[in-house]
Amino acid sequence: MLLINCPWCGPRDETEFGYGGEAHRTRPADPSGTSDIEWAEFLFMRTNPKGAHRERWVHSHGCRRWFNVERHTVTNQITRVYPMGGQVGGTEIATPAAEQAIEAKEPKQGSRS
Amino acid sequence: MTKDAFRGATGGRIDRSRPVTFTFNGRTYRGYQGDTLASALLANGVHLVGRSFKYHRPRGILSAGSEESNALIQLERGNRTEPNLRATQIEIHEGLAASSQNAWPSVETDVGSINNVLSKVFVAGFYYKTFMHPQSFWMKVYEPVIRRAAGLGKAPAEPDPDFYDKMHVHSDVLIVGSGPAGLMAALAAARTGARVILADEQNEFGGSLLGTREMIDGRPAADWVAAAVEELRAFPEVRLLPRTTVTGYYDHNYLILAERRTDHLPRGSAPKISRQRLWKVRAKQVVLATGSHERPLVFADNDRPGIMLAGAVRTYVNRFAALPGRRAVVLTNNDSAYAAALDMNDAGIEIAAIVDLRGHAGGPLAAEAKRRGFRVLTNTAITATHGSKRVTGVDVMMMNGPGEDVIGAPTRIDCDLVAMSGGWNPAVHLFSQSTGKLRYDDELSCFVPGVSVQAERSAGSCKGTFDLPACLAEGAATGAQAALAAGHGDGVAPAVPAATSVAPQPLRPLWIVPTTTPVGHGKAKHFVDFQNDVSAADVLLASREGYQSVEHLKRYTTTGMGTDQGKTSNVNALAILAKSLASPIPQVGTTTFRPPYTPTTYGVLAGRDVGELADAARVTPMHSWHVAHGAAFEDVGQWKRPWYFPKGDAQGTEDMHAAVRRECRAVRNGVGVLDASTLGKIDIQGPDAAQLLNRVYTNAFLKLDIGKCRYGVMCKEDGMVMDDGVTTRLGPNHFLMTTTTGNAAKVLEWLEDYIQTEWPDLRVFLTSVTEHWATASIAGPKAREVVAELAPDLDLSPEAFPYMSYREAVVAGVPARIFRISFTGELSYEINVPAQHGLHLWENIMRAGEKHGITPYGTETMHVLRAEKGYIIVGQETDATVTPQDLGMGWVVSKQKADFIGKRSYTRKDTARSDRKQLVGLLTDDPNEVLPEGTQLTAIADGHAPVPMLGHVTSSYFSDTLGRSIALALVSDGFNRMGQTIFAPLGGGKTVSCAVTKPVFYDPEGVRLHG
Ligand SMILES: [Zn+2]
Repeated sequence: MLLINCPWCGPRDETEFGYGGEAHRTRPADPSGTSDIEWAEFLFMRTNPKGAHRERWVHSHGCRRWFNVERHTVTNQITRVYPMGGQVGGTEIATPAAEQAIEAKEPKQGSRS
Repeated sequence: MTKDAFRGATGGRIDRSRPVTFTFNGRTYRGYQGDTLASALLANGVHLVGRSFKYHRPRGILSAGSEESNALIQLERGNRTEPNLRATQIEIHEGLAASSQNAWPSVETDVGSINNVLSKVFVAGFYYKTFMHPQSFWMKVYEPVIRRAAGLGKAPAEPDPDFYDKMHVHSDVLIVGSGPAGLMAALAAARTGARVILADEQNEFGGSLLGTREMIDGRPAADWVAAAVEELRAFPEVRLLPRTTVTGYYDHNYLILAERRTDHLPRGSAPKISRQRLWKVRAKQVVLATGSHERPLVFADNDRPGIMLAGAVRTYVNRFAALPGRRAVVLTNNDSAYAAALDMNDAGIEIAAIVDLRGHAGGPLAAEAKRRGFRVLTNTAITATHGSKRVTGVDVMMMNGPGEDVIGAPTRIDCDLVAMSGGWNPAVHLFSQSTGKLRYDDELSCFVPGVSVQAERSAGSCKGTFDLPACLAEGAATGAQAALAAGHGDGVAPAVPAATSVAPQPLRPLWIVPTTTPVGHGKAKHFVDFQNDVSAADVLLASREGYQSVEHLKRYTTTGMGTDQGKTSNVNALAILAKSLASPIPQVGTTTFRPPYTPTTYGVLAGRDVGELADAARVTPMHSWHVAHGAAFEDVGQWKRPWYFPKGDAQGTEDMHAAVRRECRAVRNGVGVLDASTLGKIDIQGPDAAQLLNRVYTNAFLKLDIGKCRYGVMCKEDGMVMDDGVTTRLGPNHFLMTTTTGNAAKVLEWLEDYIQTEWPDLRVFLTSVTEHWATASIAGPKAREVVAELAPDLDLSPEAFPYMSYREAVVAGVPARIFRISFTGELSYEINVPAQHGLHLWENIMRAGEKHGITPYGTETMHVLRAEKGYIIVGQETDATVTPQDLGMGWVVSKQKADFIGKRSYTRKDTARSDRKQLVGLLTDDPNEVLPEGTQLTAIADGHAPVPMLGHVTSSYFSDTLGRSIALALVSDGFNRMGQTIFAPLGGGKTVSCAVTKPVFYDPEGVRLHG
């Protein structure tokens, strides 16, 4: 069972969370302006990496907040936890498995990305 | 009662002042407190404990631990019976009743042993080859016979009288195993002040030290163990868990431990203590000190009772003073069996010979054996064993140089015990579960842990460190490092007590011991997996037939797939496969070990979550009334909803069919009342509340007037219906959304997702208020009279309070929200009051409605009434592949709105097809025929398979209102099939023809609704 470090509540068992699939997929601002291919890309296509995967989780049985997680799909090691709108390449705190001691950060409002 | 004639006069860790009587296969025996079932049986001279899985060959006790593959026991009877327990782990107590489980009618005379004669049939892949055809034979003949003969044990048929607990704990350092390395690690970690858990599957700590006579600090190792445990006990942050098996190692250092609290006591004698406890531990650091398992040697007929692992024999004589025989032959490829032979000899067992597969027996242990005058035969093999229910002797022969053949003539040596050692396998199971990859160590001829993936360290023989001083030192260092990594101490290993090192001579990895005929020829069997009766010949055959991946080999031969998960067999099987492929072992690979380490009871996994507590039950404020009035209940998610209210009198109680017809008539002709409290309710507030609704519903919500209700459909981005319900505007910035009962939580989470991630600019807040309100839906032509009596101040005229509007009023003396909405097609009022007033409201409705014959109705009647009106139920008429247009509900999809969730997908090619499956009504030609829901539909009546399917029946009822059956169906191109006849093949040659109609069967103009 994963130990997920909610940016607002701290480390909690996986059973408190819901999974939201791949992160940083933004709903097109004007869906009607997209081609069928672009829309299908948004609807159905997901990366499926062997390695670091950025994904969305929600603390369903806690603060009800959505946030982003970077997880290694082979080892399940969680390397980053960052709020919605956090920068992918920024200075999010690495969180080695079982030693997660991330400080809660002020959430930034932003898009799904 | 037989006396334990094979018990040493002194010694052992048994309590001779506390004799214990127990039964095995109906006979009474004596043992002592501290015995396992296996040690007590051996002390009574009992070796034959079971029959093997396929051939039903007599089998004896192989090991002294949890790796046991032969001695599987059915323990106790009735509601406390338990199968597949290992005799080597069962602690005996007064009155214990054990029996062999793989023998019928008895272990002495076993019908299945005919299989041994027919063994050519039972080669590798025998299930696939023999039982393939005909298929019906598999179900009726083969499987029952195999199951009975194979004796997989019997599950109890009655409820479990015991209870179980769960513990959730965090620890700094969890140490698994309490042998020299584990104990030393525990001391090192505990002294730093770290929170330490030490778990061991045995009843006392000490691990391998319990079964040997090694010295630590110049005293017996047991003294050092006792002192170490005493020191550990004094630390407030140390938790000692004996009789606790760490069964699973999961992600992020989450481990589960199964603790047996009362299994060593007479059953039922500790009724206030949970029988077993599941510890769920999140450990910052883990130290694995799980020890090692001895490998059997693969030689001709190596499975007779009395052929045991040498280390196990050593444990029985030292720990239990039990003598597994009087005269032993030792067969080995390494030094450890010499230590066993010396201890056996000290206990009074005559060593007839030490048969060493190696060309030379050097080192101090062999020197001592020779000094004692043991017959040591090097470069020699056991080529045959004699005896049936007990070994009576062996044949030995010299081997040729490569050890592939034997030379000369056999010599017979009489014995009643063969102690074998093929080397040791580190118990890497938990390391493997932690997703660490194993590395093959050529020097040690075994798999050892590779690089750690999780926060975990191995120490001692589970890491391939077999020397006692080295185990102690490794434990000390590992414990200190683990504590430091968890934030305690300085990482410096404490001083280690003194112990003697025995520099072992190299092992000879000879994976098949040769005999006079090649493997697979002649009658002898070289067993690899004792539990599943897989022999070296099976492995070689599988390899020849192309099953050359270890995973294929495993499944084809079933090696390693028994309840022991191949603890004693996997490496031998792998090595034989590698040899047959002429590949190095590491190239062939190893299988992955999975939880549980040993079989685990369902009871301990379930804990207290059984019976009423298996799942939470949600009940409405009116529940007690429903119970008192005899409602039958239906589970909707976790909710208990009244299904129907059967009426009873002296003649008996109505069945569901009669009750539903009566309830339907009441609603259509008079008045009925439904408890609708379970509907999901989400309170939506904020300046942008209307904007949110406008984006998530397919229809328009911006201009909904205050006090008005609107039905809405929510779709996902792919355009498929997700949920529906009525939303009401309570104020300028305040709405109440209702969802289906089952989807309430999902809809809330989904809305939160959009608010938080896509549209964080929206100023809107959601609160679940499902359980804040109790809801009674009063429906029927006389609904207005009932409500008028309850709410005298409310103007109920159609002009003042029209359909799809909302009012606040005092109802039955309680402030209430009243919604004039309907799911039945009748005049209907949904009255909401704060939950604590729900029962009061309900009772007042029943009182006010009495003179109108008000009838409580349940979900079944609700379903029939809504189907008569063609109202959909999400999840019944829809399945995430259905658009609003498919449901004939294009009217609910806005053409004006620029965007809403799902809109873009309606122009996708597939979604825009005109021949999609569409919702239609079905009327069977025979009005009394009620089609089963889920029935497939076809265009032709009597085609031969495969017949193209048009769709399926989604809802089907007998309608009392219409006096006939009705059905809803999703049918391909359904809108263009109006008036056509299609067919419902029901199987057994019966095909029902039905007419395709519009899905609204009753009051299509909605006159009654608006009345
Ligand atoms: Zn949280």
